Amino acid sequence: MKQSRVSKQNQDTIISLAGRLDAKTISGLLSESRQMIAKADTPGLMIDLEAVDYMDTAGAAFLCLMEDESRKKGVQNFSIVHLKPGYSDLLDMAKEVRKADFSAQKPGALSFIENQGKFLLDTLAEAKEFITYTGEITYALFQSLLNPKKIRWADTFLVAERAGVDALPIVALISFIVGLVMAFQAAIPMRMFGAELYVANLIGISMVRELGPLMTAIILAGRSASAFAAEIGTMRINEEIDALTVMGLDPVKFLIVPRVIAATLITPLLTIFSNLVGMLGGAVVITSMGYPFISYYDQIASFVSWGDFTGGLVKCFIFGILIAASGCIRGYQTESGPSAVGVSTTRAVVTGIILIAVFDGIFSIVYYSLGI
Amino acid sequence: MKPVETVIKIENLFAGYGHAPIIENISFNVFKGEVFVIIGGSGCGKSTLLKHMIGLLPPISGNVLIQGDNLCLAAGNDRNRILQKIGVAFQSGALFGSMTVLENMMLPLKEFTELPDAMMEDIAWMKLKLVGLEKSGFLMPAELSGGMKKRAALARAMALDPSIIFLDEPSAGLDPVTSAGLDNLVKDLSSSLGITFVIVTHELASIDAIADRIIMLEKSVKGIIAEGTPEELKTSTDNPFVYNFFNRKIDKGGK
Repeated sequence: MKQSRVSKQNQDTIISLAGRLDAKTISGLLSESRQMIAKADTPGLMIDLEAVDYMDTAGAAFLCLMEDESRKKGVQNFSIVHLKPGYSDLLDMAKEVRKADFSAQKPGALSFIENQGKFLLDTLAEAKEFITYTGEITYALFQSLLNPKKIRWADTFLVAERAGVDALPIVALISFIVGLVMAFQAAIPMRMFGAELYVANLIGISMVRELGPLMTAIILAGRSASAFAAEIGTMRINEEIDALTVMGLDPVKFLIVPRVIAATLITPLLTIFSNLVGMLGGAVVITSMGYPFISYYDQIASFVSWGDFTGGLVKCFIFGILIAASGCIRGYQTESGPSAVGVSTTRAVVTGIILIAVFDGIFSIVYYSLGI
Repeated sequence: MKPVETVIKIENLFAGYGHAPIIENISFNVFKGEVFVIIGGSGCGKSTLLKHMIGLLPPISGNVLIQGDNLCLAAGNDRNRILQKIGVAFQSGALFGSMTVLENMMLPLKEFTELPDAMMEDIAWMKLKLVGLEKSGFLMPAELSGGMKKRAALARAMALDPSIIFLDEPSAGLDPVTSAGLDNLVKDLSSSLGITFVIVTHELASIDAIADRIIMLEKSVKGIIAEGTPEELKTSTDNPFVYNFFNRKIDKGGK
């Protein structure tokens, strides 16, 4: 292969380059050429391209960089000779780009205060949007309930199946394990007092009042709120929602109402299932300690009241609405861009879980003051 | 006549997804510096063929040779070396939405070369200048119009100065003026930089403007139904599919 070399002739240092001048070869040539330029002690520097048989944009950019560095070093006469005619346009363009100052086009960054202001405005605008959508959904929901024939029941049942029936295994697994672990952990200190059987009371009351509804809701927020947000968000990006609007169909009624109704119906059902499986998990521990199953059952049946059970279920209805609404609203708010659906999905789950936690707190206070 | 160098050689390719070939046993060559156009009706396997040519889909059988290297057999670094000789501009642009246009251009340079940053930036700006986007380097892809996205995609495909560039439906969804601008750009790049273009399209205007050679695929024969220069195909009357395609006629169930 031909080699690049340096020679001197009268007033000029001549750097003869050879072979290909592309991104690959230049990485190797760069430090060598810089050294050559640094060593050059003549007023003139000439780059000879006679032996170069290929040059691309990287090569042209390289020649410009060499020129810059030579000028900085104090070389007065810089020249490039034996450039093949086809490459002169390329070199001209590289020179032009090197001279141009593109940084002026760069959008200016916002100051700290501007950023804070923007954040506040964005948050307020978003809160307004969220409240508006909540109102719209509530209105559409009431309207649909007044006129149940208009509800898209086929869609509703399909969503109920996907969000409800398909969620049974994961709800079962989590509830069973929580019941089991809780019983196991509680049984150890209770055993010191010979009160293992009262673990049943603990499991029963905490599953029915608190853990059953809460865990189901969180699983649904992770599983279904995210799905709703992704579905509706993708529809937004594919202009399907615009298509519905121009057909004169209200997207809220068409897409959101079935999902909210489905989620509201299945959350209590899943919670009942979760309660039972959780208690079953506790039963495994208690029966393994030598107590008959019937004692465990009697203990729960005598301790957990219908009030506890109903209180748990009422919460679930609200949780169901919150989950579906946060999923749908976040999906509906999806902007354009490749990460938009991902952002809405994340926001749907986060919003869902926050709302669940807040409302759970509110319910605790209300139930406490009502004496339930 | 100057000697022609084959840059892409397709040998007995059976193309398709899974084991059901959409295209059966086709062979053709693409020569250096030409604009090679693949046309055909919807569903004839144009895009599938392109996916095989750029190594996204493994062929059911047959070979794809890029400058003599078999893309189907290569793996690891060998495969990357072959892939660096080609650039692909996808139909939707496929620009990375989280980066500015300039960063999109810089990505392959940063990953595959060890040039100083200032030089990479120069190269990226040169590419943007070539496609006329030198004022849009700091924009995000979402801020570009459809035509600008396609040009940016073309610029990114050229980032490493590949000798072959594949374009999937470059004029789809563009207005005639923008589309013609893109055609001119392809023609210019092919003549000034000697880049070989392989283009999948069904825009007749575009085919007229840029194609040096065409192959036409057809669903019913699962392969190439016609091959030649635009003039040859346009004037051929012996094949109803080709005739209908070029004359915008609807096939009414055979001749």
